Amino acid sequence: MTKAFLIKYAEIGIKGKNRHYFEDRLVHHIVRSLRDVEGRFEVTKEYGRIYVFPQGDFDYNGVLEALQCVFGISGICPVGVIEDMDFENLKEETVRFMKETYPDETPRTFKVNARRSNRKYPKDSMQLNADLGEAILYACPWLKVNVHEPDILLTVEVRASIYLYAEEIPGPGGMPVGSNGSAMLLLSGGIDSPVAGYMVSKRGVQLDAVYFHAPPYTSERAKQKVVDLAKQVSKYSGQIRLHIVNFTDIQLEIYEKCPHEELTIIMRRYMMRIAEMFAERDGSKGLITGESIGQVASQTIDSLVCTNAVCTLPVFRPLIGFDKQDIVTLAEKIGTYETSILPFEDCCTIFVAKHPVTHPILEIIERSEKKLGDKIEEMVQEAVSGAETVVVDGV
Amino acid sequence: MEIYLDNAATTACYTETADIVRETMLSAYGNPSSMHHKGVEAESYIRNTARVLADILKVKEKEIFYTSGGTEADNWALTGTALAYQRRGRHIISTAVEHPAVSAALGNLREQGFDVTILPVDREGFVSAEQVCSAIREDTVLVSVMMVNNEIGTLEPVGEIGEQIHRIKPDIVFHVDAVQAFGKYRIRPRTMKIDLMSVSGHKIHGPKGVGFLFVDERVHPVPLILGGGQQKGMRSGTDNVPGVAGLGVAAGKMYSRLEENTASMRACREMLAEGLAGMEGVILHGPADPERTAPYILNASFTGVRSEVLLHALEDKGIYVSSGSACSTHKKSGSPTLTAIGCTEKEKESAIRFSFSEMTTEEEIGYTLQALREILPMLRRFIRK
Repeated sequence: MTKAFLIKYAEIGIKGKNRHYFEDRLVHHIVRSLRDVEGRFEVTKEYGRIYVFPQGDFDYNGVLEALQCVFGISGICPVGVIEDMDFENLKEETVRFMKETYPDETPRTFKVNARRSNRKYPKDSMQLNADLGEAILYACPWLKVNVHEPDILLTVEVRASIYLYAEEIPGPGGMPVGSNGSAMLLLSGGIDSPVAGYMVSKRGVQLDAVYFHAPPYTSERAKQKVVDLAKQVSKYSGQIRLHIVNFTDIQLEIYEKCPHEELTIIMRRYMMRIAEMFAERDGSKGLITGESIGQVASQTIDSLVCTNAVCTLPVFRPLIGFDKQDIVTLAEKIGTYETSILPFEDCCTIFVAKHPVTHPILEIIERSEKKLGDKIEEMVQEAVSGAETVVVDGV
Repeated sequence: MEIYLDNAATTACYTETADIVRETMLSAYGNPSSMHHKGVEAESYIRNTARVLADILKVKEKEIFYTSGGTEADNWALTGTALAYQRRGRHIISTAVEHPAVSAALGNLREQGFDVTILPVDREGFVSAEQVCSAIREDTVLVSVMMVNNEIGTLEPVGEIGEQIHRIKPDIVFHVDAVQAFGKYRIRPRTMKIDLMSVSGHKIHGPKGVGFLFVDERVHPVPLILGGGQQKGMRSGTDNVPGVAGLGVAAGKMYSRLEENTASMRACREMLAEGLAGMEGVILHGPADPERTAPYILNASFTGVRSEVLLHALEDKGIYVSSGSACSTHKKSGSPTLTAIGCTEKEKESAIRFSFSEMTTEEEIGYTLQALREILPMLRRFIRK
């Protein structure tokens, strides 16, 4: 018996004539995710199913970890593959498979669910269910049959070879990256934005990102931290082009010319404008932010109205209804939390007013912005053209 | 232009240090524990360093034990001694301005049931021999005081402390963290009544990853690193030949020019201190008396400018300094030393440490002062309202 993995996917199945396209994307990402896992793997698509066949020795947990980062996978079933079609051998192997999969010998119920698609096989599905069930009962006295609500559902598929599987390890769900276009993530060093990127990417969207740094007010380490965060997100999303924009001059200009309480709002409006410029350049069809209603002054509905007003592309805010704790839980799950909480200041926090406006009015903000004059446009152009682009790929 | 004013964090290797490190890595690569010639050859480098160090400190060669650096030496000195003499007593005395390698080890001992007294310091960072003496109890077994404070340069009266505590209670083990002092002062453990002393290689133009603990032959801390029984079983592990060889060369060179080095560093320090005193909104920390402060550390707060911002602005001009102490950058809480000498939050947030070496020139200090005169007004224009 050799080991393999059956990949289950949920939503792809309902995509009608596009199905092949989605499946091919998924296979592509599975191959990519296994690139650095120890072992050689063959990924096949047959009868509407995707299998991963390890060739020789491989890192079992490494495969599971890698596959759990591939959007589009709803479940991963470790499979035993039997080439020898002899029934006595199948019985032995089935018992061995059960003993290896459930080594603790705790009392459980099971059901055999055989499917014979290979018509040449001498026993039909019903006979296989009964005979294999009997063999298991005989060899594992701690197991009992329950055909209605079994603890263990052992599937036996008889095709050119025989496939056995019982467990299904949940995958991340979602849809294969690249199947739904691309979007530009406004990535800060905080907890929220990497999670927002993860969530949108999960719907099949390819990510690019923009980060605003403000030397000397923010350090080289703060920048490194954001690169690390992008890298962690790219474990799921695949390659990310991260644009690093020097925002110091723009920020200081706003600081000098505009009312201090409006600094954060105006600054965020410029961030959105610049992000949109990059989106247009990269062919992204939307912006992504980690905003959540009311979390901070710049994320009240009134503030969101003001920042949103500068964009023509749709702004995706997947965390909009999340509590902080929910975001933290997700950040921990996807492995960005530890990096996010490193104590380096980002450019949003340096000049914050003690009492920033919480209910800005768009007309007033626009009037304040007028004070910036033409010079600001030059600064924006300069910031965009002078940006440094780092390509990260976390696998 | 690269102006490195962070020599209390680490120093550039001497070329001679790097040369001998290379030599021991590529040709004298034997294991000193081996019986054959390659082993003997490698061992000779270790012996050489021991000779150099013993001569500098006027102690015996067998009283030098190599470690992976200052932190291990401090950890071993405190934990090893506390464990070795716990039947005699479980009381330890130290100060509020110690390096984390000492304070964290003491925190760990406290968790294990040892009683640790932490003495406060005055506005200049000093602890007095009287303070230490009055804290001594019948069950006091260990006293640990640093010689030079790594953040503000205070030169603690360790000789006086050693003298007086042993007069009161001769069996107390006295440990001195001399990581910042070695290479800059002539330290004589015998006359200063120091029983254990920690030293690090990379603070004196030696390699990183090596240091030593001087252990007076009458004191027997239990070993913490167990294994093949190297260094008389006190500190197992294959000898770090390149590190130890480099340490010896660096120490030898530093002490051969100690007086000139001190004079040139002191001149730099005075020049910077004078320049800073002439600027608005600068508060100098540490002792006013130059005789009681290390000649190579100067700590100052720049009102209204966060230290991290000033650090990066100076970096832009090729000047490397430290905000507080390099070892505290991984923690959010402010510097323990600045807290202990009573600095306000605002002062702590805006503190910068300049630290020099013999390689620092007055021209570099002039350039730094000029850079500060340009940067400070600009940064102060943009402060948090």
